[in-house]
Order: sequence, then C-alpha cells, then structure tokens
Amino acid sequence: MSVKEASKKTATIRFAGDSGDGMQLTGSQFTNTTALAGNDLSTLPDFPAEIRAPAGTVAGVSGFQIHFGSKPIHAPGDMCDVLVVMNAAALKANIKHLKSGGVIIANVDGFGKKDLNLAKYGPEADPLGEVSTQGYTVVPVDVTKMTRESLAESGLTFKEIDRSKNMFVLGIVYWLYSRSLEPTINFLRTKFAKNPQVAEANVKALEDGYTFGAATQIFTERYSVGPAKIEPGRYRNITGNEAAVIGLTAAAKMSGIPMFLGSYPITPASDILHGLARMKHFNIITYQAEDEIAAITSAIGAAFGGSLGVTSSSGPGIALKTEAIALATIYELPLVIINVQRAGPSTGMPTKTEQADLLQAVYGRAGECPVVVVAPKSPADCFDSIYEACKIATEFMIPVMFLSDGYIANGAEPWKYPTPDQLAPINVAYAKPRSNDDEAFKPYTRNENLVRPWAIPGTKGLEHRIGGIEKEHETGNISYDPDNHHFMVQMRENKRNKVAEMLPLIEMEEGETSGDVLVVGWGSTFGSIKEAVSELVEEGHSVSQIHIRHLAPFPKNLGEVLRSFKTVLIPEINSGQLIKLIRDQYFVDAIGYNKVRGVPFAVEELKATIKGYLSTNGVQS
Amino acid sequence: MKSNELEVLTGKDFSSDQDVRWCPGCGDYTILKQVQNVMPELGIPKENIVFVAGIGCSSRFPYYMNTYGMHTIHGRAPAIASGLKISRPDLSVWMITGDGDSLSIGGNHLIHVLRRNVDINILLFNNEIYGLTKGQYSPTSKEGTKTKSTPYGSLDHPFNPLSLALGADSGFVARAMDRDPKHLNTVLHRAASHKGTSFVEIYQNCIVFNDGAFDLYTDKVSRPESALYLEQGQPLIFGADSSKGVRLDGMRPEIVDLNNGYSAEDLWIHDEHDHMKAYILSRFFAVGNEDGFPRPFGVLFEQNRPPYEELVREQMAYALKKNGAPDLEALLSGDETWVVG
Ligand code: SF4
Repeated sequence: MSVKEASKKTATIRFAGDSGDGMQLTGSQFTNTTALAGNDLSTLPDFPAEIRAPAGTVAGVSGFQIHFGSKPIHAPGDMCDVLVVMNAAALKANIKHLKSGGVIIANVDGFGKKDLNLAKYGPEADPLGEVSTQGYTVVPVDVTKMTRESLAESGLTFKEIDRSKNMFVLGIVYWLYSRSLEPTINFLRTKFAKNPQVAEANVKALEDGYTFGAATQIFTERYSVGPAKIEPGRYRNITGNEAAVIGLTAAAKMSGIPMFLGSYPITPASDILHGLARMKHFNIITYQAEDEIAAITSAIGAAFGGSLGVTSSSGPGIALKTEAIALATIYELPLVIINVQRAGPSTGMPTKTEQADLLQAVYGRAGECPVVVVAPKSPADCFDSIYEACKIATEFMIPVMFLSDGYIANGAEPWKYPTPDQLAPINVAYAKPRSNDDEAFKPYTRNENLVRPWAIPGTKGLEHRIGGIEKEHETGNISYDPDNHHFMVQMRENKRNKVAEMLPLIEMEEGETSGDVLVVGWGSTFGSIKEAVSELVEEGHSVSQIHIRHLAPFPKNLGEVLRSFKTVLIPEINSGQLIKLIRDQYFVDAIGYNKVRGVPFAVEELKATIKGYLSTNGVQS
Repeated sequence: MKSNELEVLTGKDFSSDQDVRWCPGCGDYTILKQVQNVMPELGIPKENIVFVAGIGCSSRFPYYMNTYGMHTIHGRAPAIASGLKISRPDLSVWMITGDGDSLSIGGNHLIHVLRRNVDINILLFNNEIYGLTKGQYSPTSKEGTKTKSTPYGSLDHPFNPLSLALGADSGFVARAMDRDPKHLNTVLHRAASHKGTSFVEIYQNCIVFNDGAFDLYTDKVSRPESALYLEQGQPLIFGADSSKGVRLDGMRPEIVDLNNGYSAEDLWIHDEHDHMKAYILSRFFAVGNEDGFPRPFGVLFEQNRPPYEELVREQMAYALKKNGAPDLEALLSGDETWVVG
C-alpha cells in the first residue's frame, strides 16, 4: 500500500500529554519549523489549571495547539485535524477539540490500567477502541517502547531515555506534515551543548520517529502545506508577553529615560516581570513589591523622579491599584498600567482568558478619573501597543492602561519585527532649571496639548509639592474652590481626549466602508473575527470589520464609520462592555454577541452569528 | 557665587509660601521647625531633597517645606518613597507619616521598607490618635481608649513601634519627642547621616483629640523620672538627681539605686550596635511606666548594611558587564528569525 500525498491549505494540530511530557516544547518546536517553512500560523498553549496536579490525571494535562496554512492565519483554530495524546487523560481532556473524522496519534503505553484509572475511565474501558468506532482514525504507537529501542545504545538510563519520548512523537508528526528536521536538530544541539550525549539522544529519537512514520505505513495519507503569501520581511516568533517586554524595553531605549517596573506576581502577567527583569542593562529597574499597591505606588514615586513608571498585573491586582491610578491621574505623571486580563470575578479562572475589565479600565475609579486605554489585538501587536502606550504616557503626562489578556499573552504568532530606526520617536523633555531671578515655577501650567511640565527633583529652582488634593490651575497649590475644581475636572478630561489628535483614524480591517453588517471588535478577539469576516467577504457577503485599539479616547472618526452600516455587531468575551461605551457615546443601536466561557471565540460560531444579520445570502464563489 | 558652590541657607529658606494649617499648639509645629533647622546643616542642595508623606495631619508636612514634595495616599508613602529613592539614589528622601498612616493602613509597606533598607529617613509622628478624621483610636492607642469610634473603650492591643521596627530588621531605630526640640535636633542629624532606612518615632501631642498623651515624658517635672536618654557608650542613668540606673542581670534588666550600693560601673552601658539589647530597651514600654522602667529616647539601634538602592545599582552594573551595551536591534530580532519574500 502506498501513502497518498495530499496538499492542504490549512491544518491544525494539538499536542497533549501530562505536564511532564514536554508538550509545550514539542509544540513550540513544531511552530518554529512551520514558521521557517513559510506558513502563516497562530498558536495557543493550554496550560493545566492546577499547579502540579498528580501525573496522569485530567487536571495535569498540558496542551499546545497550532493552526498553520498557506493562507493568512489569525486564530489558533477552532478544532484540530490531528490530536497527539501521550496518555489516557490527554485523550479524555482533548477529544472535544478534534474534528469529526480527525486523526489521533496515541502513545499506547499511556493507556495501561493505571493510566485509565488516573484518567477516571472505568477499569474495563477501551477509550481508543471506543473513539475509533466514532469515526476517528486512531494511530496507536508504543512510544515508550520505540524510544527505548531507538536509544538502547545511547548509554542513558530508561528514565533519561523516556524524556526523549516527545521528540520521537515530534518526528512522526514531522513526517506526517512533510517537515524538515533541521531546525529542531539545530535547536537540540544548541540547547544541550553542554551535554552532547543528551543532545544526540534527542536527535536520534526525532530522526527515528520520522523514519518510523515513513517505514511502518501506519498512515495512509501524508500532507504538505505550502508557504503562505506573507508580507516580505524578516520574521520571528513571539508571544504577547514577550512582545510587551520588548516593547517596554524599546520604549525605555528610544525615550532615553530610565524605566521603573513595580510589579507583584500574578497569573497571567508574571512573565512580563520575568522578562523585564533580564533587561537591567537597558537602564530598567524591576522591583518585585510587597503587594499590588506598592507595585504601582513605587512606580509613581519613580515617575516623580523622572522615570517612566510601569506596573503589570491582572484584573484582581488592578482593582487593588485603583486608588493609586487616581493619584497618578491627578498628579499628571507618566505611568503605564498593564492589565493582562483573566477570567473573573475574584480569583475566577486565572489561566483562562476574558475581556471583562474594559469598564474597569475606562471608569473603575473614584471621582472623575480619565486615563488612556489601549488594547493589543494579537501577540505581536503587544509590541506596537505597549510602545505606543509608553509614548502617550510620557508625551501627555498621563496614566495609560494597556489591556492585554491571557489568550494573547501566551499565544504566539510570527512577527515582522521592526528595526530601531523604524520606531516612532518618544519625545521627553524635563523642565529646565530656573534661577532666583526667574518668576516662580508653576507646575500645572500647560502646553498646547494641555500637558504640564515634568519637573523632576534635582532641578534647581523647580522645587514644588504635588498631592492628591485638588490643585489650583497653574500654581498647583491646594484649592477647594468650587469653580477651580470643576475647571480641573474638565481639564483632565480634555487633556485625555486631546490624545485622540495624535492617534490614527480607524480603518477598515475587512470589507467595504459601508454595507449590511459591521463587526466591531477590540483586543484578542481580532484573529477569530478576522478569519470569520474574511471568509464571509470571500463568500460575497456585505460584511466589514473594524478593530478598536484605542478605547479611551476613541478614534475621532469612529462614530462616522459606525453610522455607515445597517447593523453593528460587537462580539466580546464579556457580558457586553464595549457595546455600552459605543451606545453611550454614539447612540448607535449596536447588537452584542457575548460568550464568557474563558476561551476565545470559535471562527465557525462567529460566522454563523454574523450570517444571522445579513440581508442576503451572499454570492457563492 | 559660583553656581556649583552651595548657597548658604537657613531654616527660613526651607519654609514654603503655604500657610501652615495645623491646630494652634499642635506638636507638629515644633517638629516642622526642627526639620527646617536641620536641613541647611546637612549640606545638601535644596533641590535634591524630597519630602514624601501619606495622609493624616502630619502628612501635610511636605506642603510646608520649600523642597520637592509629594503628598500621597493613605499608608503608601513608604512604597512611593522607595520607588523614588531606588530610581534616584542621588536624592535625600524624607518620609513623614503618622501612627495611623504607617502602622495601620500602611503597616505592610512600613515593614517592607525597613527590611529592604532603602535609604529613606522615616519620621513617624505618633500621637496615638486619628487627628484628621477627628478623633478615632489608632493602632498605638492604649487599650481601653475612649474615642468616638470606641465609646466603651478600645479593645485593641497597641503596637510597640520600636519593637516592630527592630523585628523588621530596621538598621536605625530611634525615639524623640516634640517637646524636647534640642534632643530631636540631634536625633534628626543622626537619622540623616545613617545610610539605609532610618526609623524615628516622635511622640507628638495632639492638643485637640489626645492632649497630654505623653505628658509623663514631656513634662519638665516628670520627665527626669520617666524618660531615659540614651547615649552611646554611656551607662543607663535617669532620675531627678541621676540616682537611678539600669543594670543587666544576664538578659534581665533591673532598676538599681545609685545611692544605695551601686555605681555607674555596675550599669548597662548603651551599645547602639547590639540588636538584642536594643530589643530589650524597646520593651521598656509599660503604660505609665508601671513596671518601673523608664521610656528610652535617643538612638536604640544602628547597624550598617548596604542600602537597597546601592544593591540595585550594583546589579545593574553587573548586568551591563555581563550583557554588554544594550543592543535594541538584537533584542528585536531575537535568536531565531526567517526571511519571507
Ligand atoms: S488634630 Fe491634633 S494632630 Fe491634627 S493638627 Fe490638630 S492638634 Fe495636630
């Protein structure tokens, strides 16, 4: 029997196993190889909810999904074509992610009595047999045995050999998708440079897995996915949190001022603290504070001293920072507040994603307290968005909230990274010293953008006091004058709204500038909406997409764009928050599509929803 | 005058143009005066000094100093001052706080700044009451204190601020009082010259809501019997005619009569660098000195360990040496890239 070679436009693979099986590494290796092969791609790690759940249990399953193709890819794929499972628990937890008729590559050694028991299958159960009767193609491989045979001569112990099981499986999948082994071999030899024995064992397991796929005829079909039409340039792979770290570092370098990150560990934001802690040579101080409040207030103290203050957290931590955000707002000091949103309320589901902190970001403080809010749309976009947040914060002396979420923070995509000379300048100037003959310094005078001077300690003649108490216009002295308070409340609002002048106008992401349905998104739903809308446009429907990065203030032309469509549909992973802002500001009778399940939207569900609002059935091409 | 020479300043130069708004007779006035007096003596340019305060009567302090200043939010001054000092080690940072501000709502930040040892001079004005919110008991109020919020008397056991500071490994722990400005002046100088966090508790009379809380120590008549002034290398002697001393029997302190069989040689010699003994001194804390031990004033403890901000700078220098000059281009591209097109 010969193997059929099939060419595919897109494919989705999910690797799943116990936390100890190295599935994240396997997935990221497949990702790198796929990127090097020229595919467009999007990935999503699926971490176990519990820390160190018992090995072999469903709670301990770790997964990694990659969606790649020869066409543009914006989301990690609803359902997978191939599911790799290292044990029974992995099958149990992930079978729901497999397309009907999909392929399961199963490590049969992970389906013993003990494994079935841990995965809470009945003692007589035969889950693999069962799923094969449901139309799935099961490819059983005794990975443990094969890897041990492959590495019998390696001189390693069984325990050490078993750590290479994931490479054997990766080899099989590489064969299945006609991938080169080269990038992973190079990776292994670099990673284990200090331990060549382990490096070569892993390389051999990988190669033998590949050969096993070719020689044993366990598959009837083999696939290839051609390169995508991607904008020419130099690319790298990046997760959202990594991109945020690089964006902050770039902003520190380009602004020429020190950066101070005050942070307190919290899922899923901690990687930003970890990443920035390695950037000390860029004149960046990272400070793990005693709590969320100290994290932000230390950054405010540093901002008074002339640093760009940054604090990173997730929703519950942001709630604790609220009073300090108001302080930075009335001080008018530059501060970037990072909220990597997670499912709430309270502790909620820390490893799951949600977009439910938008109203908190825009309104969630005592008093009239306007800040700027920006939200990245994808992992790579975290770079641009946070760089812009730093630019706005320093150039406008204002707190800026950066609203990422767990999905883009951990998801990865190829990034056409810029060179330093392509980055916008960040113009920071501290106020100049004064002599005794100059008139007294007034810390709350303003320039044409309503921005006050940044007068930092150590500058002669600018000694001044700032406080959380309402301040008199220009002098900054304490003032309880009713008219002054009204004036200052408006001033802070007007200044925040002035930021819109430097922001780009909103542009169509997909479709025409008017028509039946406009799908409006923000944040991490971008990829799913983009795939759904682009497919509908291709099918000939009158549907368009815009995606809002600047949520406060909104882009100046937003109202005009919204009013050009019969129906405005706003999908959000919350109970309807952007829709409240839009209805409030533009009187547009928008329709919400809201699911709060801790997971991204599936492209198919969005397509179905949008179709419900189309006046035509489109022109099938 | 050459611009790099220090101008000769006086206390007046440190007084801002704002009207001071404490109640007439408030202990804060004398403390403000002493701080303004000490400033020009430190030889630090005015523009390099920053006063940071939380919320409360005492925390209005920065508005009255003609230096840089931050009036912040309740309890958070230690964290704000830490961020400022860590990012700007060149500045002289002073933190003004009260018993409610730093021991209640800001208790967490206080213990952490002390353990980290950021070079900040903390002046805690202790008046054993909430003044700004008009008279509720504070975490230093004595048990049974009757206030608006405790009409039947407070049930809370109070903090011992100096024991707390020592427990948090503070490197400089001292006590002073508003009514002895000369002594306060010396303590402020000591705090200023200490590298690392200096913690100074200042007994401050709130004439409106807790008048006379510290009379036992501040009243000129009762003071000699009730207050023990500490001096490095000197025996612990107190009493109207300096007739009483403190002796250590092992680790147990006892009061002895110098007119009755004991001489100065028998006494406990104050050693600021002895952590154990400092802790024992901090435990001379009975309400009304009922256990007979006088309340110590002066520097209980001083220890030199590297200030946090210096360690931060050292680590940044190490990172620079290890990684070489920052290379943004290399950071943007990372280790693995590919070319399309
Ligand atoms: S209330 Fe008490 S502490 Fe506050 S200003 Fe008046 S006297 Fe001073």
